[in-house]
Amino acid sequence: MPEFDVSMLLSGQYHDMLLAGLSLSLMLLFVSLLLSLPLATIVALLRLSPFAPLRAIGFVFVESIRNIPLLAHMLFWYFGAPELLPDSWRKWLYAGDIEATCAVIALTLYTSAYMAEDIRSGIRSISTVQFEAARALGFSFMGAMRRVILPQALRVTTPPLISQTLNLWKNTSIATVIGVAELMYQAGQVESATFRSFESFAFATAAYLSLSLMITGLAAWFQHRYPARAL
Amino acid sequence: MSGFLEIIDTYWLYFLVGQYPYGPLGGLALTVILASLALVLALPLGVVLAFARISPWRAVRWPVSALVFVVRGTPLLMVVFWAYFFLPSVTGVKTDQFTTMLIALVVFDAAYLAEIIRAGIQGLPKGQMESARSLGLGYFPAMRLVVLPQALRNMLPSLVNQFVSTIKETSLGYIIGLAEVSFITSQINTQVMVWPAQIYLVLGLTYFTMCFGLGRFAYWLERRLSRRAIAAPLQEVSA
Repeated sequence: MPEFDVSMLLSGQYHDMLLAGLSLSLMLLFVSLLLSLPLATIVALLRLSPFAPLRAIGFVFVESIRNIPLLAHMLFWYFGAPELLPDSWRKWLYAGDIEATCAVIALTLYTSAYMAEDIRSGIRSISTVQFEAARALGFSFMGAMRRVILPQALRVTTPPLISQTLNLWKNTSIATVIGVAELMYQAGQVESATFRSFESFAFATAAYLSLSLMITGLAAWFQHRYPARAL
Repeated sequence: MSGFLEIIDTYWLYFLVGQYPYGPLGGLALTVILASLALVLALPLGVVLAFARISPWRAVRWPVSALVFVVRGTPLLMVVFWAYFFLPSVTGVKTDQFTTMLIALVVFDAAYLAEIIRAGIQGLPKGQMESARSLGLGYFPAMRLVVLPQALRNMLPSLVNQFVSTIKETSLGYIIGLAEVSFITSQINTQVMVWPAQIYLVLGLTYFTMCFGLGRFAYWLERRLSRRAIAAPLQEVSA
Protein backbone atom coordinates (compact mmCIF):
# COMPACT_ATOMS: atom_id res chain seq x y z
CA MET A 1 0.00 0.00 0.00
CA PRO A 2 1.40 3.42 -0.89
CA GLU A 3 2.17 5.67 2.01
CA PHE A 4 -0.20 8.33 3.28
CA ASP A 5 0.31 11.56 1.30
CA VAL A 6 -0.65 14.47 3.55
CA SER A 7 0.54 17.15 1.14
CA MET A 8 -2.28 16.55 -1.34
CA LEU A 9 -4.76 17.27 1.45
CA LEU A 10 -3.01 20.43 2.63
CA SER A 11 -2.69 22.32 -0.64
CA GLY A 12 -3.31 22.17 -4.35
CA GLN A 13 -6.23 21.29 -6.60
CA TYR A 14 -7.54 18.33 -4.58
CA HIS A 15 -7.37 20.26 -1.34
CA ASP A 16 -9.55 22.94 -2.95
CA MET A 17 -12.04 20.37 -4.24
CA LEU A 18 -12.43 18.77 -0.82
CA LEU A 19 -12.80 22.13 0.90
CA ALA A 20 -15.42 23.25 -1.64
CA GLY A 21 -17.29 20.03 -0.90
CA LEU A 22 -17.07 20.62 2.85
CA SER A 23 -18.42 24.14 2.56
CA LEU A 24 -21.33 22.98 0.37
CA SER A 25 -22.11 20.25 2.93
CA LEU A 26 -22.15 22.89 5.66
CA MET A 27 -24.43 25.07 3.51
CA LEU A 28 -26.84 22.16 3.07
CA LEU A 29 -26.77 21.61 6.84
CA PHE A 30 -27.48 25.23 7.76
CA VAL A 31 -30.11 25.96 5.12
CA SER A 32 -31.99 22.72 5.81
CA LEU A 33 -31.78 23.27 9.56
CA LEU A 34 -33.12 26.82 9.30
CA LEU A 35 -36.03 25.68 7.14
CA SER A 36 -36.73 22.53 9.18
CA LEU A 37 -37.19 24.17 12.57
CA PRO A 38 -40.26 26.30 11.72
CA LEU A 39 -41.78 23.55 9.57
CA ALA A 40 -41.28 21.01 12.36
CA THR A 41 -42.92 23.34 14.88
CA ILE A 42 -45.94 23.79 12.61
CA VAL A 43 -46.26 20.03 12.08
CA ALA A 44 -45.92 19.37 15.82
CA LEU A 45 -48.70 21.88 16.54
CA LEU A 46 -50.84 20.25 13.83
CA ARG A 47 -50.39 16.90 15.54
CA LEU A 48 -51.45 18.39 18.89
CA SER A 49 -54.31 20.41 17.48
CA PRO A 50 -57.75 19.94 19.05
CA PHE A 51 -59.19 19.65 15.53
CA ALA A 52 -59.08 16.06 14.20
CA PRO A 53 -58.52 16.76 10.45
CA LEU A 54 -55.45 18.89 11.30
CA ARG A 55 -54.12 16.10 13.51
CA ALA A 56 -54.61 13.69 10.60
CA ILE A 57 -52.64 15.95 8.25
CA GLY A 58 -49.77 16.07 10.75
CA PHE A 59 -49.85 12.30 11.21
CA VAL A 60 -49.81 11.60 7.47
CA PHE A 61 -46.95 14.07 6.95
CA VAL A 62 -44.78 12.55 9.67
CA GLU A 63 -45.48 8.88 8.92
CA SER A 64 -45.26 9.12 5.14
CA ILE A 65 -41.91 10.88 5.31
CA ARG A 66 -40.28 8.88 8.10
CA ASN A 67 -41.12 5.53 6.55
CA ILE A 68 -39.46 6.22 3.21
CA PRO A 69 -35.66 6.31 2.98
CA LEU A 70 -34.06 9.68 2.35
CA LEU A 71 -32.49 8.31 -0.83
CA ALA A 72 -35.95 7.63 -2.28
CA HIS A 73 -36.99 11.17 -1.31
CA MET A 74 -33.97 12.58 -3.11
CA LEU A 75 -34.64 10.52 -6.24
CA PHE A 76 -38.29 11.58 -6.25
CA TRP A 77 -37.60 15.30 -5.82
CA TYR A 78 -34.80 15.30 -8.38
CA PHE A 79 -36.08 12.95 -11.10
CA GLY A 80 -39.82 12.83 -10.44
CA ALA A 81 -41.18 16.08 -9.07
CA PRO A 82 -39.86 18.55 -11.73
CA GLU A 83 -41.84 16.63 -14.41
CA LEU A 84 -45.07 17.52 -12.63
CA LEU A 85 -44.37 21.25 -12.83
CA PRO A 86 -45.46 23.54 -15.69
CA ASP A 87 -42.82 24.04 -18.39
CA SER A 88 -41.93 27.62 -17.49
CA TRP A 89 -41.31 26.73 -13.82
CA ARG A 90 -39.17 23.80 -14.84
CA LYS A 91 -37.02 25.98 -17.11
CA TRP A 92 -36.52 28.44 -14.28
CA LEU A 93 -35.62 25.59 -11.91
CA TYR A 94 -33.09 24.03 -14.28
CA ALA A 95 -31.50 27.44 -14.85
CA GLY A 96 -30.57 27.54 -11.15
CA ASP A 97 -28.78 24.96 -9.05
CA ILE A 98 -31.48 22.31 -9.24
CA GLU A 99 -29.43 19.57 -7.53
CA ALA A 100 -28.83 21.59 -4.38
CA THR A 101 -32.44 22.85 -4.36
CA CYS A 102 -33.83 19.33 -4.53
CA ALA A 103 -31.41 18.15 -1.86
CA VAL A 104 -32.49 20.97 0.46
CA ILE A 105 -36.18 20.17 -0.13
CA ALA A 106 -35.64 16.47 0.62
CA LEU A 107 -33.43 17.13 3.66
CA THR A 108 -35.82 19.74 5.06
CA LEU A 109 -38.90 17.54 4.76
CA TYR A 110 -37.10 14.50 6.14
CA THR A 111 -35.56 16.34 9.09
CA SER A 112 -38.70 18.25 9.98
CA ALA A 113 -40.73 15.02 10.18
CA TYR A 114 -38.31 13.71 12.81
CA MET A 115 -38.01 17.03 14.62
CA ALA A 116 -41.81 17.41 14.72
CA GLU A 117 -42.01 14.21 16.76
CA ASP A 118 -39.36 15.46 19.19
CA ILE A 119 -41.12 18.80 19.60
CA ARG A 120 -44.47 17.07 20.05
CA SER A 121 -43.18 14.75 22.77
CA GLY A 122 -41.44 17.72 24.42
CA ILE A 123 -44.71 19.64 24.50
CA ARG A 124 -46.58 16.61 25.77
CA SER A 125 -44.06 16.20 28.58
CA ILE A 126 -45.28 19.51 30.01
CA SER A 127 -48.15 18.73 32.36
CA THR A 128 -51.59 19.48 30.88
CA VAL A 129 -52.43 21.46 34.02
CA GLN A 130 -50.02 24.13 32.81
CA PHE A 131 -51.99 24.46 29.62
CA GLU A 132 -55.36 24.38 31.38
CA ALA A 133 -54.25 27.01 33.89
CA ALA A 134 -53.07 29.26 31.06
CA ARG A 135 -56.35 28.82 29.23
CA ALA A 136 -58.27 29.51 32.46
CA LEU A 137 -56.31 32.74 32.85
CA GLY A 138 -57.65 33.80 29.45
CA PHE A 139 -54.81 32.89 27.05
CA SER A 140 -55.86 31.63 23.64
CA PHE A 141 -54.56 28.24 22.34
CA MET A 142 -51.70 29.92 20.48
CA GLY A 143 -51.07 32.39 23.29
CA ALA A 144 -50.83 29.64 25.90
CA MET A 145 -48.50 27.68 23.60
CA ARG A 146 -46.25 30.65 22.95
CA ARG A 147 -46.06 32.11 26.45
CA VAL A 148 -46.42 29.10 28.75
CA ILE A 149 -45.85 25.75 27.09
CA LEU A 150 -43.14 26.38 24.46
CA PRO A 151 -40.66 28.15 26.80
CA GLN A 152 -40.77 25.17 29.15
CA ALA A 153 -40.85 22.61 26.36
CA LEU A 154 -37.78 24.18 24.74
CA ARG A 155 -35.52 22.94 27.54
CA VAL A 156 -36.81 19.41 27.09
CA THR A 157 -36.77 19.38 23.29
CA THR A 158 -33.43 21.04 22.60
CA PRO A 159 -31.23 17.97 23.32
CA PRO A 160 -33.20 15.67 20.95
CA LEU A 161 -33.28 18.47 18.37
CA ILE A 162 -29.50 18.72 18.57
CA SER A 163 -29.23 15.00 17.98
CA GLN A 164 -31.54 15.36 14.97
CA THR A 165 -29.15 18.04 13.73
CA LEU A 166 -26.40 15.45 13.98
CA ASN A 167 -28.52 13.09 11.87
CA LEU A 168 -29.12 15.90 9.38
CA TRP A 169 -25.37 16.46 9.12
CA LYS A 170 -24.80 12.80 8.34
CA ASN A 171 -27.75 12.76 5.94
CA THR A 172 -26.32 15.58 3.82
CA SER A 173 -23.93 12.93 2.45
CA ILE A 174 -26.86 11.25 0.65
CA ALA A 175 -27.21 14.32 -1.59
CA THR A 176 -24.30 12.84 -3.50
CA VAL A 177 -26.72 10.46 -5.32
CA ILE A 178 -28.33 13.32 -7.22
CA GLY A 179 -24.96 14.84 -8.03
CA VAL A 180 -24.73 17.63 -5.48
CA ALA A 181 -21.02 18.42 -5.25
CA GLU A 182 -20.86 18.13 -1.46
CA LEU A 183 -18.09 16.54 0.59
CA MET A 184 -18.89 12.89 -0.16
CA TYR A 185 -19.17 13.61 -3.89
CA GLN A 186 -15.88 15.50 -3.95
CA ALA A 187 -14.15 12.76 -1.98
CA GLY A 188 -15.33 10.30 -4.63
CA GLN A 189 -14.12 12.62 -7.41
CA VAL A 190 -10.69 13.02 -5.82
CA GLU A 191 -10.53 9.26 -5.29
CA SER A 192 -11.26 8.50 -8.95
CA ALA A 193 -8.84 11.19 -10.19
CA THR A 194 -5.89 10.22 -7.99
CA PHE A 195 -6.66 6.62 -6.87
CA ARG A 196 -5.75 7.84 -3.41
CA SER A 197 -8.84 6.46 -1.71
CA PHE A 198 -7.27 6.38 1.73
CA GLU A 199 -6.34 10.08 1.77
CA SER A 200 -9.58 11.43 0.36
CA PHE A 201 -11.82 9.25 2.51
CA ALA A 202 -9.72 9.98 5.57
CA PHE A 203 -10.27 13.70 4.96
CA ALA A 204 -14.03 13.25 4.55
CA THR A 205 -14.30 10.97 7.58
CA ALA A 206 -12.31 13.39 9.73
CA ALA A 207 -14.52 16.28 8.61
CA TYR A 208 -17.76 14.40 9.31
CA LEU A 209 -16.44 13.16 12.65
CA SER A 210 -15.18 16.49 13.91
CA LEU A 211 -18.48 18.25 13.28
CA SER A 212 -20.33 15.30 14.83
CA LEU A 213 -18.08 15.61 17.86
CA MET A 214 -18.86 19.34 18.11
CA ILE A 215 -22.61 18.73 17.86
CA THR A 216 -22.43 16.00 20.52
CA GLY A 217 -20.41 18.34 22.73
CA LEU A 218 -23.01 21.06 22.25
CA ALA A 219 -25.77 18.68 23.38
CA ALA A 220 -23.79 17.69 26.48
CA TRP A 221 -23.11 21.34 27.30
CA PHE A 222 -26.76 22.29 26.90
CA GLN A 223 -27.96 19.50 29.17
CA HIS A 224 -25.44 20.57 31.78
CA ARG A 225 -26.20 24.29 31.48
CA TYR A 226 -29.98 24.12 31.06
CA PRO A 227 -31.21 20.94 32.75
CA ALA A 228 -34.91 20.17 32.30
CA ARG A 229 -36.80 21.42 35.32
CA ALA A 230 -38.95 18.97 37.23
CA LEU A 231 -42.53 20.15 37.46
CA MET B 1 -52.92 8.91 -12.60
CA SER B 2 -51.99 7.66 -16.04
CA GLY B 3 -48.89 5.58 -16.00
CA PHE B 4 -49.25 3.80 -12.67
CA LEU B 5 -51.09 0.78 -14.02
CA GLU B 6 -48.98 0.47 -17.17
CA ILE B 7 -45.76 0.59 -15.14
CA ILE B 8 -46.96 -1.91 -12.55
CA ASP B 9 -48.38 -4.19 -15.24
CA THR B 10 -45.12 -4.30 -17.21
CA TYR B 11 -42.48 -4.19 -14.52
CA TRP B 12 -43.95 -5.77 -11.37
CA LEU B 13 -41.85 -8.92 -11.60
CA TYR B 14 -38.65 -6.98 -12.34
CA PHE B 15 -39.45 -4.70 -9.39
CA LEU B 16 -39.97 -7.65 -7.04
CA VAL B 17 -37.09 -9.99 -7.93
CA GLY B 18 -34.92 -8.19 -10.48
CA GLN B 19 -33.69 -10.40 -13.31
CA TYR B 20 -33.99 -13.43 -11.06
CA PRO B 21 -34.72 -16.59 -12.97
CA TYR B 22 -32.42 -15.44 -15.81
CA GLY B 23 -29.95 -13.40 -13.78
CA PRO B 24 -28.98 -12.40 -10.25
CA LEU B 25 -31.69 -11.86 -7.66
CA GLY B 26 -32.56 -8.20 -7.11
CA GLY B 27 -35.38 -5.82 -6.42
CA LEU B 28 -37.56 -5.90 -3.34
CA ALA B 29 -36.56 -9.48 -2.52
CA LEU B 30 -32.90 -8.47 -2.33
CA THR B 31 -33.74 -5.48 -0.13
CA VAL B 32 -35.59 -7.70 2.36
CA ILE B 33 -32.89 -10.39 2.33
CA LEU B 34 -30.10 -7.84 2.78
CA ALA B 35 -31.88 -6.06 5.65
CA SER B 36 -32.74 -9.32 7.45
CA LEU B 37 -29.28 -10.77 7.05
CA ALA B 38 -27.66 -7.53 8.21
CA LEU B 39 -29.77 -7.38 11.36
CA VAL B 40 -29.31 -11.07 12.18
CA LEU B 41 -25.52 -10.79 11.80
CA ALA B 42 -25.32 -7.43 13.58
CA LEU B 43 -27.17 -8.67 16.66
CA PRO B 44 -24.45 -10.96 18.08
CA LEU B 45 -21.80 -8.34 17.23
CA GLY B 46 -23.94 -5.71 18.96
CA VAL B 47 -24.19 -7.90 22.09
CA VAL B 48 -20.39 -8.28 22.16
CA LEU B 49 -19.87 -4.52 21.71
CA ALA B 50 -22.46 -3.78 24.41
CA PHE B 51 -20.67 -6.10 26.84
CA ALA B 52 -17.40 -4.38 26.03
CA ARG B 53 -19.03 -0.96 26.60
CA ILE B 54 -20.10 -1.90 30.15
CA SER B 55 -17.01 -3.96 30.89
CA PRO B 56 -15.24 -3.19 34.18
CA TRP B 57 -11.89 -3.14 32.33
CA ARG B 58 -10.90 0.17 30.78
CA ALA B 59 -8.65 -1.53 28.22
CA VAL B 60 -11.77 -3.12 26.74
CA ARG B 61 -14.25 -0.30 27.41
CA TRP B 62 -12.34 2.62 25.92
CA PRO B 63 -11.38 1.33 22.45
CA VAL B 64 -14.85 -0.12 21.89
CA SER B 65 -16.50 3.11 23.06
CA ALA B 66 -14.29 5.01 20.62
CA LEU B 67 -15.23 2.63 17.80
CA VAL B 68 -18.94 2.99 18.55
CA PHE B 69 -18.58 6.76 18.64
CA VAL B 70 -16.69 6.87 15.34
CA VAL B 71 -19.27 4.71 13.56
CA ARG B 72 -22.16 6.71 15.00
CA GLY B 73 -20.50 10.00 14.07
CA THR B 74 -19.93 9.19 10.40
CA PRO B 75 -22.59 8.79 7.71
CA LEU B 76 -23.41 5.24 6.64
CA LEU B 77 -22.38 6.25 3.14
CA MET B 78 -18.85 6.86 4.43
CA VAL B 79 -18.77 3.35 5.91
CA VAL B 80 -20.03 1.97 2.58
CA PHE B 81 -17.29 3.84 0.69
CA TRP B 82 -14.60 2.56 3.04
CA ALA B 83 -15.89 -0.97 2.58
CA TYR B 84 -16.19 -0.58 -1.18
CA PHE B 85 -12.90 1.10 -2.07
CA PHE B 86 -10.69 0.35 0.86
CA LEU B 87 -11.38 -3.23 1.93
CA PRO B 88 -10.25 -4.77 -1.40
CA SER B 89 -6.94 -2.91 -1.24
CA VAL B 90 -6.29 -4.18 2.30
CA THR B 91 -7.54 -7.77 1.98
CA GLY B 92 -6.63 -8.17 -1.70
CA VAL B 93 -10.02 -9.80 -2.34
CA LYS B 94 -12.48 -7.96 -4.55
CA THR B 95 -15.80 -8.32 -2.77
CA ASP B 96 -19.05 -7.97 -4.70
CA GLN B 97 -21.62 -5.25 -3.99
CA PHE B 98 -23.85 -7.46 -1.87
CA THR B 99 -21.04 -8.50 0.48
CA THR B 100 -19.70 -4.94 0.63
CA MET B 101 -23.10 -3.55 1.56
CA LEU B 102 -23.66 -6.37 4.04
CA ILE B 103 -20.34 -5.70 5.79
CA ALA B 104 -21.05 -1.96 5.97
CA LEU B 105 -24.56 -2.52 7.31
CA VAL B 106 -23.43 -5.07 9.89
CA VAL B 107 -20.71 -2.76 11.23
CA PHE B 108 -23.03 0.26 11.23
CA ASP B 109 -26.00 -1.53 12.78
CA ALA B 110 -23.87 -3.27 15.39
CA ALA B 111 -22.73 0.12 16.70
CA TYR B 112 -26.34 1.30 17.00
CA LEU B 113 -27.56 -2.03 18.41
CA ALA B 114 -24.76 -1.92 20.98
CA GLU B 115 -26.29 1.24 22.43
CA ILE B 116 -29.81 -0.26 22.42
CA ILE B 117 -28.56 -3.44 24.10
CA ARG B 118 -26.46 -1.50 26.61
CA ALA B 119 -29.50 0.58 27.55
CA GLY B 120 -31.56 -2.61 27.81
CA ILE B 121 -29.03 -4.27 30.13
CA GLN B 122 -28.52 -1.16 32.24
CA GLY B 123 -32.27 -0.54 32.38
CA LEU B 124 -32.79 -3.80 34.23
CA PRO B 125 -32.82 -3.58 38.05
CA LYS B 126 -29.36 -4.27 39.50
CA GLY B 127 -30.91 -6.84 41.84
CA GLN B 128 -31.35 -9.26 38.93
CA MET B 129 -27.59 -9.51 38.36
CA GLU B 130 -26.76 -9.44 42.06
CA SER B 131 -29.17 -12.21 42.99
CA ALA B 132 -28.03 -14.33 40.04
CA ARG B 133 -24.43 -13.91 41.19
CA SER B 134 -25.30 -14.66 44.82
CA LEU B 135 -27.00 -17.86 43.68
CA GLY B 136 -23.59 -18.94 42.45
CA LEU B 137 -23.77 -18.14 38.73
CA GLY B 138 -20.64 -16.68 37.15
CA TYR B 139 -20.73 -13.28 35.40
CA PHE B 140 -21.29 -14.67 31.91
CA PRO B 141 -23.82 -17.40 32.87
CA ALA B 142 -25.74 -14.76 34.86
CA MET B 143 -25.73 -12.47 31.82
CA ARG B 144 -26.73 -15.24 29.45
CA LEU B 145 -29.38 -16.94 31.58
CA VAL B 146 -30.82 -14.09 33.64
CA VAL B 147 -30.03 -10.61 32.37
CA LEU B 148 -29.97 -10.97 28.57
CA PRO B 149 -33.27 -12.87 28.17
CA GLN B 150 -35.12 -10.15 30.09
CA ALA B 151 -33.22 -7.28 28.49
CA LEU B 152 -33.76 -8.65 24.97
CA ARG B 153 -37.48 -9.00 25.62
CA ASN B 154 -37.71 -5.38 26.73
CA MET B 155 -35.72 -4.32 23.67
CA LEU B 156 -37.96 -6.08 21.15
CA PRO B 157 -39.74 -2.87 20.04
CA SER B 158 -36.38 -1.10 19.57
CA LEU B 159 -35.10 -4.07 17.58
CA VAL B 160 -38.11 -3.91 15.24
CA ASN B 161 -37.49 -0.19 14.81
CA GLN B 162 -33.85 -0.93 14.05
CA PHE B 163 -35.05 -3.36 11.37
CA VAL B 164 -37.08 -0.51 9.85
CA SER B 165 -33.93 1.66 9.84
CA THR B 166 -31.97 -1.17 8.25
CA ILE B 167 -34.53 -1.55 5.45
CA LYS B 168 -34.22 2.18 4.79
CA GLU B 169 -30.42 1.97 4.93
CA THR B 170 -30.26 -0.77 2.29
CA SER B 171 -31.35 1.89 -0.21
CA LEU B 172 -27.77 3.22 -0.11
CA GLY B 173 -26.78 0.09 -2.05
CA TYR B 174 -28.00 2.15 -5.02
CA ILE B 175 -24.80 4.17 -4.88
CA ILE B 176 -22.48 1.20 -5.34
CA GLY B 177 -24.74 -0.35 -7.99
CA LEU B 178 -26.33 -3.06 -5.88
CA ALA B 179 -29.53 -4.19 -7.61
CA GLU B 180 -31.86 -3.56 -4.66
CA VAL B 181 -35.27 -2.00 -5.08
CA SER B 182 -34.16 1.67 -5.45
CA PHE B 183 -31.58 0.75 -8.08
CA ILE B 184 -34.10 -1.43 -9.96
CA THR B 185 -36.57 1.47 -9.87
CA SER B 186 -33.99 3.74 -11.47
CA GLN B 187 -33.37 1.10 -14.11
CA ILE B 188 -37.10 0.99 -14.82
CA ASN B 189 -37.13 4.78 -14.96
CA THR B 190 -34.42 4.87 -17.61
CA GLN B 191 -36.30 2.28 -19.66
CA VAL B 192 -39.69 3.97 -19.44
CA MET B 193 -38.41 7.55 -19.83
CA VAL B 194 -41.86 9.08 -19.21
CA TRP B 195 -43.68 9.21 -15.82
CA PRO B 196 -40.65 9.47 -13.51
CA ALA B 197 -42.84 10.92 -10.72
CA GLN B 198 -45.19 7.94 -10.81
CA ILE B 199 -42.31 5.47 -10.83
CA TYR B 200 -40.65 6.99 -7.79
CA LEU B 201 -44.01 7.28 -6.02
CA VAL B 202 -44.42 3.52 -6.42
CA LEU B 203 -40.96 3.10 -4.86
CA GLY B 204 -41.90 5.38 -1.96
CA LEU B 205 -45.18 3.57 -1.44
CA THR B 206 -43.37 0.23 -1.34
CA TYR B 207 -40.98 1.36 1.36
CA PHE B 208 -43.85 3.02 3.20
CA THR B 209 -45.95 -0.14 3.29
CA MET B 210 -43.10 -2.21 4.72
CA CYS B 211 -41.78 0.33 7.20
CA PHE B 212 -45.13 1.68 8.39
CA GLY B 213 -46.42 -1.85 8.97
CA LEU B 214 -43.32 -2.79 10.96
CA GLY B 215 -43.46 0.49 12.87
CA ARG B 216 -47.07 -0.19 13.91
CA PHE B 217 -46.00 -3.70 14.94
CA ALA B 218 -43.25 -2.21 17.14
CA TYR B 219 -45.76 0.18 18.71
CA TRP B 220 -48.15 -2.70 19.43
CA LEU B 221 -45.29 -4.75 20.97
CA GLU B 222 -44.27 -1.83 23.13
CA ARG B 223 -47.76 -1.37 24.53
CA ARG B 224 -48.16 -5.09 25.13
CA LEU B 225 -44.82 -5.34 26.91
CA SER B 226 -45.46 -2.27 29.06
CA ARG B 227 -48.76 -3.78 30.18
CA ARG B 228 -46.95 -6.92 31.23
CA ALA B 229 -44.22 -4.93 32.99
CA ILE B 230 -46.89 -3.28 35.13
CA ALA B 231 -48.45 -6.63 35.89
CA ALA B 232 -45.14 -8.21 36.91
CA PRO B 233 -44.76 -6.74 40.44
CA LEU B 234 -48.34 -7.75 41.29
CA GLN B 235 -47.49 -11.36 40.50
CA GLU B 236 -44.49 -11.18 42.77
CA VAL B 237 -46.67 -9.94 45.63
CA SER B 238 -49.24 -12.68 45.20
CA ALA B 239 -46.61 -15.42 44.96
